[in-house]
Amino acid sequence: MGSITLKNVRKAFGEVEVIPGVDLTIEDGEFVVFVGPSGCGKSTLLRLIAGLEDVTSGGISIDGKDVTDAGPAQRGLAMVFQSYALYPHMSVRKNIAFPLKMAKMSEAEQEKRVSHAAKILNLDSYLDRKPGQLSGGQRQRVAIGRAIVREPSAFLFDEPLSNLDAALRVNMRVEISELHNSLKTTMIYVTHDQVEAMTMADKIVVLRAGRVEQVGSPLELYSRPANRFVGGFIGSPNMNFIEGEDAARHGAHTIGIRPKHWKLSQAEGEFPGTVGVAEHLGSDTFLHIDLDNGAHIIARAAGEFPVHHGDRIFLTPQEGRIYKFGQDGLAL
Amino acid sequence: MATRQTQSLARLMRAPAIILLLIWMIVPLAMTLYYSFLNYNLLNPASTSWAGWFNYQYFYTDPAFFEAIWNTLILVLGVLCITVVGGILIALLIDKPIFGQGIVRILVISPFFVMPPVAALIWKNMIMHPSYGVLADVAKFFGLQPVDWFAQFPLFSIIVIVAWQWLPFATLILLTSLQSLDGEQMEAAEMDGASALSRFFYLTLPHMARAITVVILIQTIFLLGVYAEILVTTNGGPGNASTNLTYLIYRAARLNFDIGGAAAGGIIAVILANFVAIFLMRAVGKNLD
Repeated sequence: MGSITLKNVRKAFGEVEVIPGVDLTIEDGEFVVFVGPSGCGKSTLLRLIAGLEDVTSGGISIDGKDVTDAGPAQRGLAMVFQSYALYPHMSVRKNIAFPLKMAKMSEAEQEKRVSHAAKILNLDSYLDRKPGQLSGGQRQRVAIGRAIVREPSAFLFDEPLSNLDAALRVNMRVEISELHNSLKTTMIYVTHDQVEAMTMADKIVVLRAGRVEQVGSPLELYSRPANRFVGGFIGSPNMNFIEGEDAARHGAHTIGIRPKHWKLSQAEGEFPGTVGVAEHLGSDTFLHIDLDNGAHIIARAAGEFPVHHGDRIFLTPQEGRIYKFGQDGLAL
Repeated sequence: MATRQTQSLARLMRAPAIILLLIWMIVPLAMTLYYSFLNYNLLNPASTSWAGWFNYQYFYTDPAFFEAIWNTLILVLGVLCITVVGGILIALLIDKPIFGQGIVRILVISPFFVMPPVAALIWKNMIMHPSYGVLADVAKFFGLQPVDWFAQFPLFSIIVIVAWQWLPFATLILLTSLQSLDGEQMEAAEMDGASALSRFFYLTLPHMARAITVVILIQTIFLLGVYAEILVTTNGGPGNASTNLTYLIYRAARLNFDIGGAAAGGIIAVILANFVAIFLMRAVGKNLD
């Protein structure tokens, strides 16, 4: 069980309104990712759900029960922090057992649950070490272990992978997804990295300045962004935007074209431009192009696309792959 | 080559400071050791003679000697208890964001800037005095007989004064340690269902272990030598009730003019201090690594 409902949740720190009002429903067993640029209020929203911050107004309910005024421990949620927040003077075993000890669980039951969690997370051989003797990825696992022994109704992750190196981040991403598949518990995951959001989420919540810009599955957000912000935020490299006359020709204030939706030609096309830097990734090449109309865009080309810095190039958007946005930024 | 030159040059450059420090330490120690084996009384300096172990024997058989050692230990332990426990509590209090935090912190720390004799005199004449001290006024207000602190509880009174002086030091060190505690750990413990008391015992206290060790070690060094507070308040009395080892040595040297006896007492005090140091390093020193 672990469905969470937010009703018009507002949060202000003094005069500053961080979250001007969020309505959100999270179904039991869902993997929800809050994503947005830094300072968009996603961590605050998570902390409101955790109970570490009090809501200014509005209500939060978990499994139909109102928990707006309940303390963090009473909500039955477990959280994994960005800094892992392990207790440095306790062994891994004691760290994982700490919530059980606080719940006054019997020694035998504690031991059983700790060894179960250790088995799931491959921590068997590290149980007697201190957190200081572990690597970043292992600490991350201990933090997750401490969360799963409590069998919470939902897990909250606050940018858990941002302190890991790139290779480890990819591994842990997969491990967390696997964990979600085996536990089938609700997970709320905060990140600023849209790749993490796209790869892990059942449902993505895109936030900007404390407002929910769009909620939907990764592919939904990718193929049907509700507004210009979501279009630009989801997908890597970013969507290219072209404004002005060229956009008006397509009947929009702004048009957005993803890098992979350009037809490239060295002879003719709708948008002439000059090739800047070419980033060769092997399978693809990302070309940074300065268009003659002043826009700077990125286009994806095949791995061996034969252009050089300073070459002339012509681009045409693929039919039906143009995202159109109005004056107010909303999709048309 | 260059490294070796740099190293020997560095050794040469720091030699004067180290030699100076060594002389500074060795000369007084050697002279004390030498005097402790002499019959040397300032009242009759002409008849100075070799005494052998007599001064040590004399000091050791003095009935005040064991009382003084006992008093020294009680004084050190009493002040340590009050300052560590009180320091933790005050540190927890002023760690919270409150109005006028800067002023409050300066006020809390200010007793440390008052020199010991001045502090002791203020306590003696303005706070603990049986007829015009503040405590006497409070007692009278409640219709009680004022307590003559220095006559009835001499050692306790001195412990209170010294603890008052050292409380800011303990508070300051413990406060800095408290401020370095990771807030996310606290929040994690809160989510794990730990009550405020459990959070204190399982997280805050272990985190402060190192700072508490520093407080205990540094304070012990200074508390073994408490002297001015006793001199200006009880003069070690009544009887020997508030005489510690330092004060006993002072009495031998400056009241009986027995330089040899005082030197022997000094050497005994040095040895005892080393015992205490070894004991402390074994008991709490492991927190430092």
